[in-house]
Amino acid sequence: MKASGIVHRYGDNVDTDVIIPARYLNTSDPKELAEKCMIDIDKEFRSRVKPGDIMVAGKNFGCGSSREHAPIAIKASGISCVIAETFARIFYRNSINIGLPIIECEEASKDIEAGNEIEVDFDSGKIYNHTKKKHYQGQAFPEFMQRIIKAEGLINYIKQK
Amino acid sequence: MGMTMTQKILAAHACLEEVKAGQLIEVNLDLVLGNDVTAPVAIKEMEKLNTSKVFDKDKIALVPDHFTPNKDIKSAENCKCMREFAMEHDITNYFEIGEMGIEHALLPEKGLVVAGDVVIGADSHTCTYGALGAFSTGVGSTDMAAGMATGQAWFKVPSALQFVLTGNPSNWVSGKDIILHIIGMIGVDGARYKSMEFVGEGVANLTMDDRFTIANMAIEAGAKNGIFPVDKLTIKYMNEHSIKPYTIYRADEDAEYDKTYKIDLAEIKPTVAFPHLPENTHTIDNIGDIKIDQVVIGSCTNGRLDDLRIAAKVLEGRKVAKGMRVIVFPATQKIYLQALEEGLLSTFIKAGAVVSTPTCGPCLGGHMGVLAAGERAVSTTNRNFVGRMGHVESEVYLASPAVAAASAVTGKISGPEELGL
Repeated sequence: MKASGIVHRYGDNVDTDVIIPARYLNTSDPKELAEKCMIDIDKEFRSRVKPGDIMVAGKNFGCGSSREHAPIAIKASGISCVIAETFARIFYRNSINIGLPIIECEEASKDIEAGNEIEVDFDSGKIYNHTKKKHYQGQAFPEFMQRIIKAEGLINYIKQK
Repeated sequence: MGMTMTQKILAAHACLEEVKAGQLIEVNLDLVLGNDVTAPVAIKEMEKLNTSKVFDKDKIALVPDHFTPNKDIKSAENCKCMREFAMEHDITNYFEIGEMGIEHALLPEKGLVVAGDVVIGADSHTCTYGALGAFSTGVGSTDMAAGMATGQAWFKVPSALQFVLTGNPSNWVSGKDIILHIIGMIGVDGARYKSMEFVGEGVANLTMDDRFTIANMAIEAGAKNGIFPVDKLTIKYMNEHSIKPYTIYRADEDAEYDKTYKIDLAEIKPTVAFPHLPENTHTIDNIGDIKIDQVVIGSCTNGRLDDLRIAAKVLEGRKVAKGMRVIVFPATQKIYLQALEEGLLSTFIKAGAVVSTPTCGPCLGGHMGVLAAGERAVSTTNRNFVGRMGHVESEVYLASPAVAAASAVTGKISGPEELGL
């Protein structure tokens, strides 16, 4: 499984309240959530994002509220992968459970800049930066999680069981 | 190698003799929780499983608390979706607003969680029940859906940080100051993926409400769960609130911890977290002159009876500053009634505060106290992220009920000492 696209760049401790503010949680419709994704820290994100683009952030991405609306909003925005130095644990499992590919890589998180063109190979955990002509080694998923991701989420995985 | 308290509970619920940090396990659940924001998403996911049954109608709790009483039509539709699901599946523990409360205050009060339980909730502050010696953790809606259908969840067994508490907290210092102090020390990702296990002789000097507050905010340090040992006070609380059998687990003496912190509770001062992260802590003697517009006292963190008593003690016979908006929201209907009967609500209203029905509303900028651009609030809630309580240019300062109440009187961030208390 691979993803490739242009990078939207954020810092440390991006919390789920800024990914999708609570005032928009009166709906769970992915399209409506995508309209408001990142609005509190990046007003232009919605108009700038293209299908397949990649989000890169620093430490502890997705901290705070357990709202699954956050990875849903990111996925529905067209983002094909989130790369961060580390993820907050509830966001991490929510992303796997809904089938939003995410990958932890400190080196990539520190080096990749906004606008870089990135390609991610999930099987090997390799991240290629075509703009900087470099690559980084991210953490591949444990086998158990790969099975959930291949099933495109926890619900399908349980159905298959 | 020995196991931590958390690992022992998880091992028992995975039907394993032993588990190790990092191991992936499937555990049996004692309770699955959802609210009006997260349950509707879970209900839709569960429908995809083509299963017409929940695993156990007595082991699911559904609490409409976030945007209730319904703040708008979309919220009303979400509550309706959850209510209809509860009726269809004959869910025992669905709480309509007249009998409800903020979920993490309500569930222990209703006796639905006891020591040794494994609980998942589609709300990050589900970690609150660690105060009772249970393993409880926040998950998303899909995990909730899977939990409701199968009665199981997958976990990576966490390693742990140990906090050895000694001493007695000073006057006006409560659980909130202790947990803010700890988050300030280890950071918002200091316990990421880990358990926070609180032990030591100092635990006996903490009330149950202090322990609920501390366990509640374990997530603000990134923790998977926070947990307290079971002592006489825990047993008394469980006997008063629950008829469920409980199991007491203790960490093995040779359990390994990633790190051990020693904390003398007597040295902790009233602590305030500045915008925009709970780790930006300052002690009350190091605050400066920060004028505020609003004070919020309540939430799953600090809306319990002890919290209201402390706030009332500060506000008794005083008036809130001119122009100050003070919102008090008891966390459950039972607490509301107790506060009414004790005369606390009268104290709040005479001081110039409003008293709200239980709701999560103001804590997450939902309703009942949303902030405008440039406004500042002192709040006993748990998060001060950008835009958390309203406009992105508003600011939230997290504090204890004592500091919040004193600040309401002075109009700036203050400790009760400033009022001569």
